[in-house]
Amino acid sequence: MKFDVHVEIRALEGVADPAGQTVERALPALGFTGVEAVHIGRVVTCVLEAADDAAAAATAQAMCERLLANPVIERFELSVSPAVTASVVGSGGDGT
Amino acid sequence: MTAKVAVICFPGSNCEHDVVRAISALGGDAQIVWHAGSGRGAGGLDDCDAVVLPGGFAHGDYLRTGALARFSPIMAAVEEFAREGGPVLGICNGFQILSESGLLPGALRPNMGLRFICTTLPCTVAQNTSVLTAGIAVGTKLQLPINHGEGNFTCDAATLASIEDSGQVVLRYDTNPNGSMGSIAGICNAKGNVVGLMPHPERASSDVTGCSDGSVLLEAFLGSALVAS
Repeated sequence: MKFDVHVEIRALEGVADPAGQTVERALPALGFTGVEAVHIGRVVTCVLEAADDAAAAATAQAMCERLLANPVIERFELSVSPAVTASVVGSGGDGT
Repeated sequence: MTAKVAVICFPGSNCEHDVVRAISALGGDAQIVWHAGSGRGAGGLDDCDAVVLPGGFAHGDYLRTGALARFSPIMAAVEEFAREGGPVLGICNGFQILSESGLLPGALRPNMGLRFICTTLPCTVAQNTSVLTAGIAVGTKLQLPINHGEGNFTCDAATLASIEDSGQVVLRYDTNPNGSMGSIAGICNAKGNVVGLMPHPERASSDVTGCSDGSVLLEAFLGSALVAS
């Protein structure tokens, strides 16, 4: 069966986040005051074919640890759920 | 004797010819080796005295700099070559690939301020036991070009203390251009045979380019290659 995988990757606590810092400095210039702790991360989504929930979770975890995140500087939050996107594709779309 | 150097070319590398030219000018025998091979057998890394991972944007630097290149087929042979004590040098993007592969500690983050920096800076040699700095007096000042968007060296506090205490910081910027911890421009592994640095010594290896300070480092590297072979 197919699973939707959603991974949020962001810098580890204490690791410099130059993109977040730059945006945090830019926001007040546009009048957005009182903004702090801006962090910019990355979202990776995919559809994964696996035998069951446990297998999908294990594979997704391994993908994150091996490639999607660098444990030296990043942490990740992973969610795996039965695929919604697959059924949309299966419905045939709008025929265009 | 002539040191044989394999210069690994990934899709997106763009400094491989500069490295070959600089090494050849110093009397080395440099050959470009495509990343998709296994690096084994005839013409492979076993026939080489040293390996260079040149600068560029390997595999487009997608995901993170170096993250995809570290899984190129050739990298298994590069890692084995490094484990066996062979001299390995990563320049700029090559440094990022060595960090991602775990051959060097830490990681390279986007420059503080997000600016892509292209300039020539004074750097200071911080130790002289690595394959890139062997025999060079500690404290030697070198003018070296940098050309990167992600050269901000980062690691956790314990790792930083460890590499500082064990003399693994090879090169420092005199003035920190990118937010690197300790103004670190280059580091080596514990054995000193794997070195990564953000500055481009090959671009400062001829008076034609305005400066030849990088030759000092590449000469030392070629010397190390002959010692190791």
